[in-house]
Amino acid sequence: MTLREIARVVEAQFLTGADLADREVRAAFAADLLSDVLAMVREEGVLLITGTVTTQVVRVAEVMNLAGVLFVRGKVPAKATVDYAASAGIPLLATEHLMYETCGLLFAHGLPPAKRKRLPAEHDGPYPSPP
Amino acid sequence: MKLREVAEKLGLEFLVAAAPEAEVEGGYVSDLLSDVLANAQPKQLWITHQRHLNVVAVAKLRELSGVVFARGIRPGPEVIQKAREEGLNLLISPADAFETAGRLHRLLFP
Amino acid sequence: MVGLDLERAGTVSTEVQRVLRKLGVEPEVVRRAGIVCFEGEMNMVLYTPGGRIILLVYDDRIELIFSDFGPGIPDVELARQPGYSTAPEWARELGFGSGMGIPNMEANSDRLEIRSRVGEGTVIRATILRRKSEAAGGRRETGS
Repeated sequence: MTLREIARVVEAQFLTGADLADREVRAAFAADLLSDVLAMVREEGVLLITGTVTTQVVRVAEVMNLAGVLFVRGKVPAKATVDYAASAGIPLLATEHLMYETCGLLFAHGLPPAKRKRLPAEHDGPYPSPP
Repeated sequence: MKLREVAEKLGLEFLVAAAPEAEVEGGYVSDLLSDVLANAQPKQLWITHQRHLNVVAVAKLRELSGVVFARGIRPGPEVIQKAREEGLNLLISPADAFETAGRLHRLLFP
Repeated sequence: MVGLDLERAGTVSTEVQRVLRKLGVEPEVVRRAGIVCFEGEMNMVLYTPGGRIILLVYDDRIELIFSDFGPGIPDVELARQPGYSTAPEWARELGFGSGMGIPNMEANSDRLEIRSRVGEGTVIRATILRRKSEAAGGRRETGS
């Protein structure tokens, strides 16, 4: 699925990177907590679906070589963040849809979930309580 | 659809089966507590990565059907304990948030 | 590196990746170094008044050293546990504090050493091994 098709399906606008609209997106990952993105995304060419609009989101996209970032819930980052993404070549899209609907629509259109790496601690039982 | 049936169809594991007959009318996906407080609706099933203790209070306040931790994330024992006390359904999905939400959406609106 | 400067937090990690790419370091090492640096950087910005991040590039490995004068980590074992976070609410609402910072550093390093003293500060050294090259010795250092 290309960014262009994704934008059409979820009625999203390009905030920057419209020139990369034909970029193929391999998979999607939805999260608001940045460290979870760093922990769980194992491949490149992934679209991050998020409601977090800090500059760090764009930096994470750079560090992880993401295909782009789709902001949901009508959230848009500050102009400085959009400008930074433009200079870094990271496409940013924004939709009014909530994250649930966005995931539902894209999943129904066949966009696969990002491949995942099993974290060693995940199935080892509950974590001990912090002091 | 009853939560018990949703759990069966989506392969969700019950961590706290406080009220498995609860109705699920929709879904809400977010890791930000203030966002859920502001926008989630009653009888929605909340899919999240957020493991903070306040998850329980927020879910109860918004009268959500339950909380599903995505990607096999297991919250700490204090979260589970609080959920039991408050009568809140807690579940785990082996799939990530995008896929879990996608499947729930398709299940509720085929 | 200045504490609580959220606008710039994360810049070092992209800079580190740029430098490593220029030096011809393997893409997988560049990726892991970026993740390790991002998490180390975010912890420094969120929890300390500031510190230094040093990148050492050897032929067989790279090392990232994070050194701060922050409050120190009272229980390092706890900090290494996924899901454990001391992030305040405002940070959690901005997408931080999922408790995966140090676990992410560990998952992406071949070796992670943490030395900390409460009231004095913390030093974290992350080592990422490279595939062995035929060149011997050699060491370049950049600080920021």
